[in-house]
Amino acid sequence: MSKYKIVHYINQFYAGIGGEDMANYEPEKREGFVGPGQAFQGNLKDEAEITATIICGDSYYNENMEEAKNKILSMVKEENPDLFIAGPAFNAGRYGMACGDIASSVEKELGIKSITGMYIENPGVDSYKKNIYIIETKNSAAGMRKAVKSMSKFGLKLLNNEEILSPSEEGYIKRGLRKNIFVEKRGSERAVDMLIKKLKKEEFTTEFPMPKFDRVPPSPAIKDMSKAKIAIVTSGGIVPINNPDHIEASSASKYGKYDISRFKDLTCEDHETAHGGYDPSYANEDADRVIPIDVLRDMEKSNRIGKLHNYFYTTTGNGTAVANAKAFAAEIAQELISDGVDAVILTST
Amino acid sequence: MVKEIEKTGIPVAHLCTIVPISKTVGANRIIPTIAIPYPLGNPSLTEKEEKDLRRGIVENAIKALETEITEQTVFQ
Repeated sequence: MSKYKIVHYINQFYAGIGGEDMANYEPEKREGFVGPGQAFQGNLKDEAEITATIICGDSYYNENMEEAKNKILSMVKEENPDLFIAGPAFNAGRYGMACGDIASSVEKELGIKSITGMYIENPGVDSYKKNIYIIETKNSAAGMRKAVKSMSKFGLKLLNNEEILSPSEEGYIKRGLRKNIFVEKRGSERAVDMLIKKLKKEEFTTEFPMPKFDRVPPSPAIKDMSKAKIAIVTSGGIVPINNPDHIEASSASKYGKYDISRFKDLTCEDHETAHGGYDPSYANEDADRVIPIDVLRDMEKSNRIGKLHNYFYTTTGNGTAVANAKAFAAEIAQELISDGVDAVILTST
Repeated sequence: MVKEIEKTGIPVAHLCTIVPISKTVGANRIIPTIAIPYPLGNPSLTEKEEKDLRRGIVENAIKALETEITEQTVFQ
């Protein structure tokens, strides 16, 4: 039997090309496996072979989605593999978005089975879990061995057309699909069983978990902007020079609140970024590129806005747990209310 | 973070480069920006051109905050 052919997608970092300074790397195809592909090949043994690896910078993909997608699709088409594997991306947001988007597109447009792997909080999960199988991984590359093992196993199952069981049995993230199955007890009996368990305060598993709609209705617009107080919040990690509170470059455990009342324009003398998830050179040169203090000061002067709040709030958004970000923002929001802030400009990198 | 603040009734304009992420996380007023490392700038422009570009985006954000909406809206 001939081996199945696999094409693997990775970013510039895992290809060993570079970090954030190389995040604009354009799509490139190389023969055979690269980086984590070696571990995949080890797990796939003789059943399948990674014939090519496609590498693309995370910023390049996300900033040029259509173009990147089309280039990569034509590379995959040339190889005509039996399976396409992207990542794993762990908790890297842009990498996750790229993996989810390209894997979905390969499956949809080329009809080639595709999988990827991510941590449950990666924004790529919610965006693409409906389209493809996303194997759940740990939040960092420390989970690489396990991720590669489960992705390889799952990939081979798909290739061999084996039956795919439920998300919890196979280790992929729930896709929100329903499947008809035969069970011994009929519905009414199962429902009564559950109800009895519930009354006895015993554990039971619902067969129909309600979807969580984590949405917030839009707040009302500002009626008179010339009287409004505007505050800046950022996940772009802008801090006073030398990062006095040592906000972490990734997986932030805290946020900062800094006085900008004496600044009309930020410069490399006074502000920089603490963010470790993008090339910091541009923000370090001029932090107005992330938090537009200069322009807001002008607008304050011309009375386009009432006032720029005296403080800005900042944290680094890369790899930061959603629970942390929520807790930071809940505290920040309370302060903003007591300081009479009317509206917020929140910038992300 | 956007949602936690918006929940309290303060409108938030989310300025970001990767609009799909902003949509997924549930921002309501979304303003697309230039690039990940310089959302509100462009180092290849002159200082004046760059500030004009930034003013345009911030003006768009201010307009978004002045606009009543009923659902997620991207302000191009």
